Amino acid sequence: MPNTASLTICDVTLRDGSHAYNHKITADQIYAYAKASEESGFDYLEVGHGNGLGASSLQVGESLLSDYEMLRYAKNVLKNTKLSVHVIPGFATLQKDIEPAIKLGVDLFRIGCHCTEADISQKHISFIRSAGKEAWGVLMMSHMASAEVLLEECKKMQSYGAQGVVLMDSAGAYTPSETSKKISVLVENLEIPVGFHAHNNLGLSIANSLSAIETGARILDGTAKGFGAGAGNAPIEIIAALVKKLNYPTNINLYKALDAAELAANLFSGSLPKSDSITIVSGISGVFSGFSKPVVRIAEKYKIDPRDILTELGLKNAVGGQEDLIVEVASVLALKSK
Amino acid sequence: MNKLPIAILGTGNIGTDLLIKILRSKYLECRLFSGRNLSSAGMVKANSLNIPISSDGIDAILNFKSDLALVFDATSAESHIHNAPLFAKKGIIAVDLTPAKIGEMCVPAVNLNDCLALKNVNMITCGGQASIPLACAITQSNPNSVQYLETVSSIASRSAGPATRINLDEYISTTELGINKFTGCAKTKAILVLNPAIPYVHMQTTVMASISNPDIERTRARVHEMVAEIKKYIPGYELVLQPTMENGRLITSVRVKGLGDYLPKYAGNLDIINCAAIAFAESIANRY
Repeated sequence: MPNTASLTICDVTLRDGSHAYNHKITADQIYAYAKASEESGFDYLEVGHGNGLGASSLQVGESLLSDYEMLRYAKNVLKNTKLSVHVIPGFATLQKDIEPAIKLGVDLFRIGCHCTEADISQKHISFIRSAGKEAWGVLMMSHMASAEVLLEECKKMQSYGAQGVVLMDSAGAYTPSETSKKISVLVENLEIPVGFHAHNNLGLSIANSLSAIETGARILDGTAKGFGAGAGNAPIEIIAALVKKLNYPTNINLYKALDAAELAANLFSGSLPKSDSITIVSGISGVFSGFSKPVVRIAEKYKIDPRDILTELGLKNAVGGQEDLIVEVASVLALKSK
Repeated sequence: MNKLPIAILGTGNIGTDLLIKILRSKYLECRLFSGRNLSSAGMVKANSLNIPISSDGIDAILNFKSDLALVFDATSAESHIHNAPLFAKKGIIAVDLTPAKIGEMCVPAVNLNDCLALKNVNMITCGGQASIPLACAITQSNPNSVQYLETVSSIASRSAGPATRINLDEYISTTELGINKFTGCAKTKAILVLNPAIPYVHMQTTVMASISNPDIERTRARVHEMVAEIKKYIPGYELVLQPTMENGRLITSVRVKGLGDYLPKYAGNLDIINCAAIAFAESIANRY
């Protein structure tokens, strides 16, 4: 039986991929990939620093290009595919970051926060809605909360005016059964569409994405060749093929999506994510995928096992944005190992 | 010696924690605890401690039967903008715990003596109180070579009340302005992260800097001195990562354990701004 509910596909290659590229994506790469994403028929293309607007910093890494430059390059190329940005309150402010992005023509603002902290998104969501732009809520590190807690947080975002909510498996820690349980609770109890954003630390990004749409999710995030933080995201070309096989209506041109993935493999060769002992330990420890690269770098400096750092960060329940903990944890572990 | 008569306006987490600290003070006496809601948790607590309470907000302070030398304003930036001229007219010193930024910014370890003659001082933010002394130590040790300063604070979700949550942007801009003002560094950035982990995490503040030619030994020595200075009024302020160069940036971190007065010890963010406010008020008391 054909599936009748249409899916919205968000290509977050030029945002999550920023983590895999030390936030050094160039203008040429943005031009070339944005054009390919547009031709693939993806509904949204998300662009920017891995941690979103206003996040370029010593804490999470400095971008090669400013937010403004990155968004302008993408905007110049996009016609049908809408431009989206990731926004984390605590990093991005209305005045410094969101107002300029609205002026620049960003279509969708995805306001993200740690999965139990939805109330910090209120001001940002309502501001964007009152400016006549589209706003979704995003709950990050959502493996750390139960379905019931996530529902409460999503309901808050819905009440602030969010027009969609996305659960992010920022640590790549979900299993398919956990995905279907959480997604189905949200789908049954919310009035707005629900989405899922996978990471592949435990090799389950596509399985979890499938689980999500089978239980009613209507939005999926993916990246070309999985180009993203940690072990990467759900490869969007595989999502494209899968939803075609399952007859979900989408705007995707499959061959173009496959071509876009090959293009990304060339553009970002050498930086495509791969599964290794770091990303696996990161997944079972439930640590934010964006930590992988700095953890490896800092472990080398302190001559300790990066997996020990990840395990310790997991025990400390570190959340995204707490990258400064890595140096402190490493310095303490190095002292202990002497 | 007579204690300095003070009032607290605002009965949320900050106001109530201030009250508990003032009850211990040898120099301050809380004559009035005023807010809007007699059934708020803070108000109930104050009443149980036999502190005079009122739900008339600022009016109760302006019409108070005897003299009040100083008021801690723990309401909101918007309210403080309204309240400040009224306090000034009554000759009451205002210690502003909101991000209203009307008065001179005060970080006791850095500029206490410059603030003692002022009628309105602003306590910046919790992250500002934790980071500015470190940022000053870094710029003092590396004159003319600090190009950029950044601070990140992570706090327990449970310690961030509704006002904090709705005002993250104000937190960021006030903290950035504070670092800029105290260090002269033009390019600053502040980030705030809420962590819901249970057991609750302690407040942790990190300062990072881009420095063209860092003198790391001198910076370490100065940071240690500064931390010792802060510990005098914030006992739970502890250096957990001494200044270290990593990936071209200087990074140093402190953890702030609270005294566990109103909220438990994890709420170092409440403690640090309140300890700073009390350090200022006690210095005023000692001048009388």
